[in-house]
Amino acid sequence: MRANLTLFQRLVPGARRAPTYDFPGGVHPAEHKSVSNQTPIAPGPRPAQLVLPLNMHLGAPARPIVTVGDRVLKGQMLAEPAGAVSAALHAPTSGTVVALGPRPIQHPSGMDALCIVLEPDGEDRWAERRPVADHTRLGPGKLIALLRDAGVAGLGGAGFPTSVKVNLGDHQRVEQLIINAVECEPYITADDRLMRERADEIVLGIQILQYLLNPHDTLIGIEDNKPDAIAALRAACADSDVEIRVVPTKYPSGGEKQLIQLLTGKEVPSGSIPAQCGVVCQNVGTAWAVKRAVHDGEPLLSRVTTVTGDAVARPGNYEVWLGTPVADLLRHAGVDKDRLGRLVMGGPMMGFTLHDPSVPVVKTSNCIIAASAEELPEPPPEQACIRCGACAEVCPANLLPQQLYWYAKTDDFERAQHHNLMDCIECGACAYVCPSHIPLVQYYRYAKGEIRTQTAEQIKADRARERFEARQARLEREQAEKEARRRARLEANRKKQEAATESGAGDEKLAALKKEVGQASSAYKAAVKAAKTAEAQEADNAAELRARADSLKAEADRAKAALRDAKATAPAPAAAPAESSALADLKKAVGEASSAYKAAVKAAKHAEAEETDDAAELRARADQLKAEADRLKAELRDAKAAQGPAAPPAAPAPSTQDSGTSPEKPADTPSVANTAVDEQAAGKRQKRLKGLKTAYNMAHKQYKEAHAAVERAERAGQDSDEALAAMHAKVEKLKAKADHCRDALDALVEQAKADILAHTGKDLKTLKLDAARAESALRDKADELERRRDTSDADTLETLNSELDALQEHAQLTRLALKTAVEEQGLVEE
Amino acid sequence: MTTVLIAIAALLGLAALFGAVLGYASEKFKVEGDPIVEQIDALLPQTQCGQCGHPGCRPYAEAIAEGEEHNRCPPGGETTVEALADLLGREVLPLDNEGAEDASVERVAYIREDECIGCTKCIQACPVDAIVGAAKQMHTVIADECTGCDLCVDPCPVDCIDMIERPVTLATWTWDRPAGIGRRPEQRIEVVNL
Repeated sequence: MRANLTLFQRLVPGARRAPTYDFPGGVHPAEHKSVSNQTPIAPGPRPAQLVLPLNMHLGAPARPIVTVGDRVLKGQMLAEPAGAVSAALHAPTSGTVVALGPRPIQHPSGMDALCIVLEPDGEDRWAERRPVADHTRLGPGKLIALLRDAGVAGLGGAGFPTSVKVNLGDHQRVEQLIINAVECEPYITADDRLMRERADEIVLGIQILQYLLNPHDTLIGIEDNKPDAIAALRAACADSDVEIRVVPTKYPSGGEKQLIQLLTGKEVPSGSIPAQCGVVCQNVGTAWAVKRAVHDGEPLLSRVTTVTGDAVARPGNYEVWLGTPVADLLRHAGVDKDRLGRLVMGGPMMGFTLHDPSVPVVKTSNCIIAASAEELPEPPPEQACIRCGACAEVCPANLLPQQLYWYAKTDDFERAQHHNLMDCIECGACAYVCPSHIPLVQYYRYAKGEIRTQTAEQIKADRARERFEARQARLEREQAEKEARRRARLEANRKKQEAATESGAGDEKLAALKKEVGQASSAYKAAVKAAKTAEAQEADNAAELRARADSLKAEADRAKAALRDAKATAPAPAAAPAESSALADLKKAVGEASSAYKAAVKAAKHAEAEETDDAAELRARADQLKAEADRLKAELRDAKAAQGPAAPPAAPAPSTQDSGTSPEKPADTPSVANTAVDEQAAGKRQKRLKGLKTAYNMAHKQYKEAHAAVERAERAGQDSDEALAAMHAKVEKLKAKADHCRDALDALVEQAKADILAHTGKDLKTLKLDAARAESALRDKADELERRRDTSDADTLETLNSELDALQEHAQLTRLALKTAVEEQGLVEE
Repeated sequence: MTTVLIAIAALLGLAALFGAVLGYASEKFKVEGDPIVEQIDALLPQTQCGQCGHPGCRPYAEAIAEGEEHNRCPPGGETTVEALADLLGREVLPLDNEGAEDASVERVAYIREDECIGCTKCIQACPVDAIVGAAKQMHTVIADECTGCDLCVDPCPVDCIDMIERPVTLATWTWDRPAGIGRRPEQRIEVVNL
């Protein structure tokens, strides 16, 4: 839509060429600009203290890098940017940091915020500056970092950090860079004066921005009520590609989105930022600050602020150090306390009333209005909405202020949002035209605040829900894990028990196998007997019986083999007995070997005596057997030695337990200590017994051998008498030694027997007798069983079998008792 | 007669066809879970405070879906009651907050750390895991995660937990609601320091 040409556009030929657009609504309040734009920019006051809030800009508050007491120079960084959207803060003059704490700041709430308080020393001494003459040689990255470190933020009103706004990334194409020189609010003339006096610097700043953003067009939007500023800019832009677009005076054409619409016809969609439409907007003051930061190396230390209103004697624009308290600035401009009715920071339309004049001037403070009561009277009381619709006509954002008012008033925030409350720029045009004096903007601000709070609460609630659910899940998981552990434990216990019963079953199986073996062997014996009888009677079926006996024998052998296998594969608990059985086997082997040797010796002797030919051969064989027996003996000794350390403690252990846990055997337990001593003594005796036995055996064997040799020699009669005598002496000596050993052994055995008597209440003889009786009973029973096997019925056999089993058990028990007693005392049965 | 029969047959055929389609659709597009519970849960404030008598907001949402009164959430206040009534098509009931503290003030648990003995009881009580600490070590509240449910206060054996009001910060400050018809907006200022 083409706007009507204003008088100025008709007069200035250049302005005619540019197409201009319009935005809906807008108002034309009294300008009051001439109050302050008649004098040049004057230096600001030199206050006693500068209060520098850490959040002068939009975004995260800066992070202080100085401490109280630090002396700082002008331009020295006091706080560094914290986070992506943040700006640095510098000392506007040299001085001392005297405090770092909460102070009232430029905020409509009147609340305190963290500030750095600087006491100027009056010297205004600069820190080192690093001006960059040619910004193109620095490169965009370094340039952006420089702007960030220089603390440049939008000076128009929002205070958005410039370094963020110009850092768009490669994918973002900027079609228009718009320099906002509109300054549409009444009273404010800071940008006007800045353009009139420092147009060259502004254009240099614009060139830096152009370099950073690389826009297709660069437009300066300026209202037609600032002809001097337009002229100055025109002169400065004469040989650059910056286009000056003069727009008609209308409030709020300086709003970012309104200006974009006004200059380009583009409407920034709801919820998006101008950059998404290829437009970047910068305030003219920001362009000046950018130039100062880059070309002069001066960070943002001061700004031009308008001080105006009826209550000040010298209204005008002042270049004010950031952090200067408003009170100082007002005094500097000659404020009349009595006339002062309202103190406003910002413009009369969008500014807010200051509650406390000690708040500082910050980067966004473009105007201070010290108005008299007549100038800005207190707003009249709110009246009911008469639904005139004037507000809708002036809304620059095309909203329905009346609807929004109803929704805000009834707290119907959802519907207010549906009516795009969030797109309201709070320009105040609606409230300005409202005939009922309804503070519409305040309603919208209230509704916006509530919506933001609710959104924040919703986010928090969602997070709380997540955390709650995560916690529930964790608790459940822990519970499940615990349950799983418990189950695993139960399972393990059950398995252990099963294994126990299985091994019990193994024992049973073993017993069954034994029984089978017994039966098979008895059957075989019976068969053999029958066969013998048959053979003796020369019966016809003798051969048959013999064959049957053979098959039975095979059967019995098989059963025996099975039993052996079962014993061999018996589970771990049977390992120790197996070991001892290995020992027993070895012993048996030794016994067999030695008996074989003895038999061989006997045979050899016999042969010698009869002087047969093969005597020598037999002799050799006997020697061989002897060697074999010796080897086996040595092996046995080794095995015993290997088992020795383990076995003796194993044997006394049960007796300790017995003495400890069975008080019904008082003979056992005079006292634990005594028992322990007894055991020690028994252990010692066991060792000694073993040693003595070995010694005796050796001595006895040597003696026997020597004796045999003497006999042989005597028989042969070849040796001399002397030799024979020597041999006799040797034999005697060996005999004496063996006897001595035997005596010692006998004494020891007697002692052990006595101990057994003391321990078990039975002497060894009784134990032996018991064992023998049990054995004979067992044998009798077995015989009976065998006798009746063929004649009796199954039941009787069963009974007999069980009796046999019981007897077997008894016999085993008695044997065991005997064995234990003997072993305890080290009396191993020969 | 045949016309009638044809019509009946056609209708029966259509009925069978649509029945089959509907039956298939109800199986194919079956909604898992109870969507109404999700919706109710979304309206509850998620403080997990248990003041409704349920261990957390979701269990209460499930109970509401099964017919329990929807006015037992003091932290949610009247707004939540209204929203729930709106969602469920029920009457707006007066808030059942039996002497509960003013829910409009947001609170946060604060552990007086000198007095904490490190018993971990508050950690176990916190429904949103907003307390950190270990046995025999000092505990502390993650203020941002605390929902202000005060479930940690009772278990503390040394009473070192306070519920303090969350102060308004610049980030959470909002404009007041205007006074209304017939009143002036409060704009008077006292300029004292000049």
